[in-house]
Amino acid sequence: MAYVLRRLLEMIPVLLIVVAATFFLAHAVPGGPFDKDRPLPAEVKARLEQYYGLDQPLPVQLGNYVVNLAQGDLGPSIKYPGWSVREVIGSRIGVSASLGLISLLLAVLIGVPVGVLAASRPNSWLDRVPMGFTLVGICVPSFVLGPIMALIFSLGLGWLPPCGWGSAIHYVLPACTLGLITAAPLARLTRGSLMEVRSLDYVRTARAKGVPPLRVWFVHALRNALLPVVTYLGPAAAGLVSGSFVIESLFDVPGMGRLFVTAIINRDVMLILGTTIVYAVALLFLNLAADLANAALNPKVARS
Amino acid sequence: MSEPVIESLASESGWQRFRRDRAAVWSGWFLVSIAAVCFLSPLIAPYPYMAQDLAHSAAAPSPAHWLGTDLLGRDVLSRLLQGGMISLCVGLIATSVALAVGICYGVLAAEVGGRAEDALMRFVDIVSTLPLTLIVILCTVVFGQNMPMIFLAVGGVSWLTMARIIRNQTRELKASQFVQAAESLGQSRWGIFSRHYLPNLAGTIAVCATLTVPGVMLLEAFVSFLGLGVKAPMTSWGLMIKEGADIMEECPWLLISPSVVFALTLLSLNFLGDGLRDAFDPRSSRK
Repeated sequence: MAYVLRRLLEMIPVLLIVVAATFFLAHAVPGGPFDKDRPLPAEVKARLEQYYGLDQPLPVQLGNYVVNLAQGDLGPSIKYPGWSVREVIGSRIGVSASLGLISLLLAVLIGVPVGVLAASRPNSWLDRVPMGFTLVGICVPSFVLGPIMALIFSLGLGWLPPCGWGSAIHYVLPACTLGLITAAPLARLTRGSLMEVRSLDYVRTARAKGVPPLRVWFVHALRNALLPVVTYLGPAAAGLVSGSFVIESLFDVPGMGRLFVTAIINRDVMLILGTTIVYAVALLFLNLAADLANAALNPKVARS
Repeated sequence: MSEPVIESLASESGWQRFRRDRAAVWSGWFLVSIAAVCFLSPLIAPYPYMAQDLAHSAAAPSPAHWLGTDLLGRDVLSRLLQGGMISLCVGLIATSVALAVGICYGVLAAEVGGRAEDALMRFVDIVSTLPLTLIVILCTVVFGQNMPMIFLAVGGVSWLTMARIIRNQTRELKASQFVQAAESLGQSRWGIFSRHYLPNLAGTIAVCATLTVPGVMLLEAFVSFLGLGVKAPMTSWGLMIKEGADIMEECPWLLISPSVVFALTLLSLNFLGDGLRDAFDPRSSRK
């Protein structure tokens, strides 16, 4: 409990640094949100900037922002007048979160069994063929796999819609792309760590005293072998995040990733800050969750 | 160069181990040839990479244009070579940036020791959980999408793993007897760094660098894919894949050729990195 509390407290300075860094970067982007093809009259622009508080010196703006942030207020969006950043993000975050969770689930459900299967018959075709595929999965980035899947399954076979959003079927292509990309390193990690664990003394002892092979495999070996896999899920989530930028723009998914990219193109400072903070918080919590899961699996980690 | 005999014996067996790894050797040759044709592209490319030929736009592969042409009638092969030059440059330069920062940070952390070391390494742990892709995208936009800044931004977020590995190695070296002997003989910190740490870290650094290159190239491709990296008329493999994906229904060759070359390059880099690690870093392969 004290551990969780300490980790949560540690997040505060980290977030402050992220906010400050993103704040200055977002303000340093050349061009402003009110720059249009035809320049606005000077008074109008000055009035707009005053309305959004953009006329004040940067440190003051940052201070105001942090104070508002502490109360859960992410400020107004500039490109979506009348919307607060919280509302804009709120309308998008469900899409990205569900897509991300489904992909992560898919990755675990494919990656771990494939790894276990490969490790159960090392150097047979059951090992070589799937491991060959995972190598391809590691080297083919999501923005290559995505278009190729769309080319085959929607343009070639006509089974799935190539883009759009709204019904469950729209999840299939983006979730499979992200899931397969993440499953590949998971499968390799599971295989590697199982191969290592199964040669350890305690597994041999279990076998020697007559524990049924399947029980040795799943109860004794897998529990320890999964530790590095669980640890990897934190960084894997980060990979899903950057993958989602590409996948969301590729398949026309109205999620956070696309929101961030359009916010940059629109120079919507408040929205850039808001999305970055939400991503940072999500990643920090996912890493904490991975560490806690690790502690639950491994009493040695829990004690230290 | 103080222990030439031991040095050469160790490295020779390493090279012999490496040469037996056929996948790694072939990957090495593949990378060398890709790099050679890309960097020689101004001389050997069949067409200038920005030359438009609107009469033959979006043409399928033919003897005149081996990989076809894009919507503006530019030769895909020539663009592929030029894009490769950019992508490989990013890979090399950004990795050098990451190496420089990672080595300095890792050695510094191991040298100061104690609480300061803990704090420095905790910082690395925390930063590596942040959404760094977002920061890279912001940086490239801030600096007007010009090439040197893309190199810097991509390299600037890729040093974390390197710093961790270097710090662990340096800690071991610091506790070793020959370093302690050098210390007690009054050698300066800089002397210990250049004479003892660097030569002993060289193998680790080489392996790390090879395994960092694919990640760095991927990051650049991500940013370019989103249209926020390399700017037209220049191109990179990431940007070509994006342009290909946009019109893959009509002209699939625009998507396929850059995708295949990019994936093969990443695959070879991974093979080469694994081969080097197995050959020169027996400890990590046993793990």
